[in-house]
Amino acid sequence: MRIRVQAEPFDPGGEVAAFSAAVRGAGAVVTFSGLVRDEGGRLTGMEIEHYPGMTEKAIGAIVDEAVARWALVDALVIHRHGRLRPGDAIMMVATAAGHRGEAFAAAEFLMDYLKSRAPFWKKELGAEGSEWVAAKDADEAALKRW
Amino acid sequence: MIDVLYFAWVRERIGLPRERVETGAATVADLVAELRAREERYAAAFADTSALRVALDQELSGFDAPLAGVREVAFFPPMTGG
Repeated sequence: MRIRVQAEPFDPGGEVAAFSAAVRGAGAVVTFSGLVRDEGGRLTGMEIEHYPGMTEKAIGAIVDEAVARWALVDALVIHRHGRLRPGDAIMMVATAAGHRGEAFAAAEFLMDYLKSRAPFWKKELGAEGSEWVAAKDADEAALKRW
Repeated sequence: MIDVLYFAWVRERIGLPRERVETGAATVADLVAELRAREERYAAAFADTSALRVALDQELSGFDAPLAGVREVAFFPPMTGG
C-alpha cells in the first residue's frame, strides 16, 4: 500500500503505469484522478490545507479497511496540498484486485471516505476573493452505502 | 498543558494555527466553554459546534469526550478532501 501526501505536482498517467507494472497477481486495476475545476472560469485556483500527521493516519486507516474488505492486491492514494491551479490533479487513487468488481468498489469506497474522513480543507480562489468549500450533506450520505 | 490546533476557517477566525493551553477542562465541551469565554474571536469560532469537528490525538472524536491523557486537540470544519 502506498500513501503520499505532498505539495508537489504528480503525473497521474505515470503513476498508473508504475502501479500497474508493480502489481503481481491482480486481474484488474481501477484508477481515479480528481482535477481542480475552474467552475466556468470563476476560479483561478484552489488552496488545500491539511493536518500533517493525522492526514497520513486517517488515509492509512481507510486504505487498510478497503484492502481487507475487497482483498486488494495493492492500493495507492496520492493527495496534494497547498496551492493548485485549474486542471491540476488534486489526488488519485488506484486499486488492484483479482477482478474488476472489487477494484471498482474499493476505488469508490476510498473516494467517498477520503472526501469526508481525511483532514483536508479546500479553499476556492477567485478573482473576487476566496471561500472555503462547504461540506455537502450528499458526501456524508455517500458513506452510508458502505 | 494541552496543544490546541485550528484548521481552515476556524484557524482564520481565531487568528492562529496552534497554541498551548493551560486547562483543567474535563471534556472537549468544557474546553470549548473556556475558550469561548476568552475573547470575541473565540466566541465567534465556537458559536456553533455542530458546524465543527474535533480530533483528540489525531483521531476523530466528539465534544462529550474526556480530555484525560490527551496531548493534542484539533478543531476544524467538516472535511472537504478528495
